[in-house]
Amino acid sequence: MTTLHLRAGFMPLVDCALLVLAKDEGFAEAEGLHLELVREVSWSNLRDKLNVRLFDAAHMLGPAAIAATLGIGGVKAPMAAPIALNRDGAAITLSLRRFEDLARLAEGDLADPGVSARALAAMVARRKASGLPPLTFAAVFGFSAHIYLLGEWLAKGGLKLGEDVRFEVVPPPQTVEALASGRVDGFCAGAPWNSAAVAAGVGAMVLASVDLRRNCHDKVLAWRADDVQRRPAAVAKLGAAILKASAWACKPENFTRMAEHLSAPDRLALPAPLIERILHGELIQGAGRPPRPVERFIRFDREALRPDPDDADWVLAGMEQAGQLFATPQMREIARGVFLPDAFEGIASTDLRTPKN
Amino acid sequence: MAPKLRILIVDANQVRAAIIEEGLREAGYEQLIRISATTGLVAAIEAHDPDVVVIDLEDPSRDALADMFLVSQHVRRPITMFVDQSDSASIEAAIEAGVSAYIVDGLKKERMQAILQTCISRFNAFRKLREELDEARSQLEERKTIDQAKRIVMRLKGLSEDEAYALMRRTAMNEKRKLVDIARSLITAAEMLK
Repeated sequence: MTTLHLRAGFMPLVDCALLVLAKDEGFAEAEGLHLELVREVSWSNLRDKLNVRLFDAAHMLGPAAIAATLGIGGVKAPMAAPIALNRDGAAITLSLRRFEDLARLAEGDLADPGVSARALAAMVARRKASGLPPLTFAAVFGFSAHIYLLGEWLAKGGLKLGEDVRFEVVPPPQTVEALASGRVDGFCAGAPWNSAAVAAGVGAMVLASVDLRRNCHDKVLAWRADDVQRRPAAVAKLGAAILKASAWACKPENFTRMAEHLSAPDRLALPAPLIERILHGELIQGAGRPPRPVERFIRFDREALRPDPDDADWVLAGMEQAGQLFATPQMREIARGVFLPDAFEGIASTDLRTPKN
Repeated sequence: MAPKLRILIVDANQVRAAIIEEGLREAGYEQLIRISATTGLVAAIEAHDPDVVVIDLEDPSRDALADMFLVSQHVRRPITMFVDQSDSASIEAAIEAGVSAYIVDGLKKERMQAILQTCISRFNAFRKLREELDEARSQLEERKTIDQAKRIVMRLKGLSEDEAYALMRRTAMNEKRKLVDIARSLITAAEMLK
């Protein structure tokens, strides 16, 4: 069997795990792939390098893949996702001072997103009345589940992102610094960056994405749309390696090793114990509260990896809510077409036929 | 000529930023601002109010820039990445060079193309410079390694300098390896046998 060389880019997040495991646990190699992983500094770079084929595939925010395919945000780069890389796994964290304010203003249990959102609305109103600058919240990219989740949470308090609170994009690895410096008052990001902010003593987690929405769409493995047609073997092999990584990643006895792989300097470059806690669904919260157990906080199981065109509907609704586009029926068709459940079924059925050795 | 444009150059590499600035100045642009901050780019844009932003791809704040157009009331003018969809070669050239350009509030494509081309060629010139420097450095290192190995062979085998060199070359050709690799093995072996 000839070895196929593939280059894939990723951002340092727990949800790049299946790509990392495909390489580090040898699943890609078993498929006859030589997989090279490249850490990137921005989602824009992942999009553009995939577009000019410096990467064969990329760890990508589903909404960013849709935006690039539709050509909103300046760049038209049609993408397709034959397999997802995770579901869920994000959280919202506030700076310690803003969390104190929130706790003071809360009427009821802060664990309830409605209660925390209304407390935030009260904070926004008070700041406005006393002439203080508006709060600034960050999400990891303009087109991301995180910005739409942030929007959903704020809406529970009658607030609108970009109007009642300022919005800024801060890439995941910069979230802790942005919170510590006071540049932002809070952020929504994927694991492990909420835990990292809590561990650094600069943030308090308010809620996990699963508190707002279960099985939330997040990252996919994106290819250039034309490459999915032109390179079916490469797509199938990398997909099969991801599926094997998924089965491995679902076994709790592998969490220690998985965390070690992710913690490497050329991966997330964060302490392995911090990552391992997250894999066990144990979220440190900060502000003197005990760690919170969250069942199925981040999903890597096979069912979570099936790309679902219905997710595109949720993404477009979020885009409309955020004022990013006005979706036409034609846009909806194109967006749904980014997710390829049939390609996934093809990969999954081949994978099932492959004898496990 | 209309180079009344204000151009913001975002690059943590001071030398490269200077090279780009020089290139744009030669092209007739005068209002050039250089910043190296990877944080607080949004604030910098609000403060300097540029027409064009040129950014190094290795700068993580690129994502913040890309999404400023979505931020409704806090940014005065919309900003989008400059991409000429009809010119895929220039898209590739920019990404490969490692530079990206953003336009604030709909600038004419032709004027932007010229700015981007200047930046691409300056980024490439800088890379070439660095590669040449690296190559010169590694050539020097290799020569030092070969000389050191040659002295070992001269001492151990009682050969002249030319003979020692000839023996190493012959070994390299015989084993289909590079001369410097043979030299490295010799040095390692000599260290071990010390």
